[in-house]
Amino acid sequence: MSRQYKLVSCTINGKPVEKMVDVRASLTDMLRDDYRLTSVKKGCEVGECGACNVIINGECFNSCIYLAVWAQGKEILTLEGLAGPNGELSDIQQAFMDEAAVQCGFCSPGFIMSAVEILEEKRELSDEDIRKRMSGHLCRCTGYENIFRAVKKTMLKRLGKEKEAEAVTHCTLKV
Amino acid sequence: MYDIKALYEAESAEHAVRLLIEHPEAQIIAGGSDVLVQMREGRRAGKELVSIYGIDALRGVSYEADGAIRIGSLTSFSHITRDPIIQKHINVLGEAVDMVGGPQIRNIGTIGGNTCNGVTSADSASTLHAWDAIVEILGPEGIRRIPIHDFYIKAGTVDLRPGELQTALIIPKAAYEGYYGHYIKYAMRNAMDIATTGCSVNVKLSPDKKIMEDVRIAYGVAGPVPMRAPQAEEAAKGKPAEETYVKAFAQAVLEDIRPRDSWRASKAFRQHIAVVLAERALRKSIELAGGEIHEQTV
Repeated sequence: MSRQYKLVSCTINGKPVEKMVDVRASLTDMLRDDYRLTSVKKGCEVGECGACNVIINGECFNSCIYLAVWAQGKEILTLEGLAGPNGELSDIQQAFMDEAAVQCGFCSPGFIMSAVEILEEKRELSDEDIRKRMSGHLCRCTGYENIFRAVKKTMLKRLGKEKEAEAVTHCTLKV
Repeated sequence: MYDIKALYEAESAEHAVRLLIEHPEAQIIAGGSDVLVQMREGRRAGKELVSIYGIDALRGVSYEADGAIRIGSLTSFSHITRDPIIQKHINVLGEAVDMVGGPQIRNIGTIGGNTCNGVTSADSASTLHAWDAIVEILGPEGIRRIPIHDFYIKAGTVDLRPGELQTALIIPKAAYEGYYGHYIKYAMRNAMDIATTGCSVNVKLSPDKKIMEDVRIAYGVAGPVPMRAPQAEEAAKGKPAEETYVKAFAQAVLEDIRPRDSWRASKAFRQHIAVVLAERALRKSIELAGGEIHEQTV
C-alpha cells in the first residue's frame, strides 16, 4: 500500500490549524514534527510514562498512543499554550520552579498538563486525590514530593487560600 | 510513526461492519491503548486497522426501555466512573474501572476494548461477570446478544466472528436491582499495574437485611479467563449474613478457581488472596447493602 495521508483540522493552543498528516503518525509525532511543539516529549512511547501528556477537549491523554488522525475537530492544549502573550509563565509553571519540582525537566510538561486538568476543576482535592490524579507520570529525579507540593500550593492559591498554601511544607507524606 | 499497513476510519457501527468485511485481515482499534502498544512491540506490526474511535454513537451510558443499563462499548473508563446512572445502580463498576492503569489511560481506554482483548486481568471484566452482563454484538447478520460468560472463549479469544464488533454491554434490571457490590484489585502498586488477582462480589439481602438472598462473585486472574465461582455462590445463597457463612463462602471459592503460577505470583499465593479477597469483598458488600454481620446467633 502506498503512503496514506489525511487532512487533519483542529485547534492547537487556541489557534485553528490544519495539515496533511500521515495516518501512521501518533499525535506526539504530529505535535512535535508538524507543529514544533517540543514540550510534548517522546518518553516510553507506550503510554506508561506520561511525558507526552496533552489536554484534548479538557481531558488528559498520552499523545504517544493517540492517532494523529483522531485529533480531527478536537481542541488540543500543550504546555506551550499555558504561557502569556509575552512568554510569561503560568502560575503552575512558576510553582514548579519555586518548589524545585524540576530537575532534568523531561517529565515536567506532562506533569504540568495533568496539574492543569486538576486546576481547571476549580475545587479542592484531598492529598490522596492529588496523588491519584498525578499517578500517570514517572519522574526519575525529584522523587515526586516537590511536584506534589507545587500542585497543591497552586490549587490552594487559585482557590484564594493563600494561608493554607503557605502552610504546605515538606514531608506531607502519610502512610 | 506506527507500522500500520492501512487505516480505515468507520463513521458508524454499520460502516465498521462493511469495512471489516471488505478488509478481512484488518483489526479493530478502539482507544488503542492495547492495539498501539502491541503494534509498537511488533506483535501487531504491519496490520491493517479499522478505527472505530470516531463513532460517538457507541459512547455513553443510558437506560433501555426495560430498565436495563446500556453502556456503549466506546465509553471510556473515566466517563463510566463519573456517570450518574452507574453511580446510582452499579457504583462498583465505576470503582473497578477507576483502578485501570493511570488517569490518562482511563481517558482513552474503553470498556469494549477491555473486554474484547479477552484478558483475564481486565479490571472491568470480573465486575461485568459478577453482574450478569450481556454483550451486544453487531455483525453482517444484524445484532446478537450473549451473556458475557459465553463471550470469553479462551485466553485472548472472544466470540467475535468475521465482520463483527461489540457495540454495548448491558446490565439487565433484574441483575442490578437490589444488589450492592465491591471490587478489590490486588496488585503490587496503585497505578499503572495489572491485577495479581481481582475479585468482585455483590449481594442482595432480604428486606430485614438478615438473609443473603443472592450472592455473586467473579474473579480476574483466577483462571485463563474471568470467571464466576458458582460453588461459593451456592454455599452463601439463602444463608444468614453471619460470620460462619461469610467464612464458608470464602473457603468455597477454592473449589471453583484455577489460578496458575506466573512471574507475578505463585498459584498458592493467588489461592490464599482469593479467599481473603472474597471474604473482605462480601463483608463490604453486606455493609453497603445496609446489613450487619452477626456472630452466629444460635
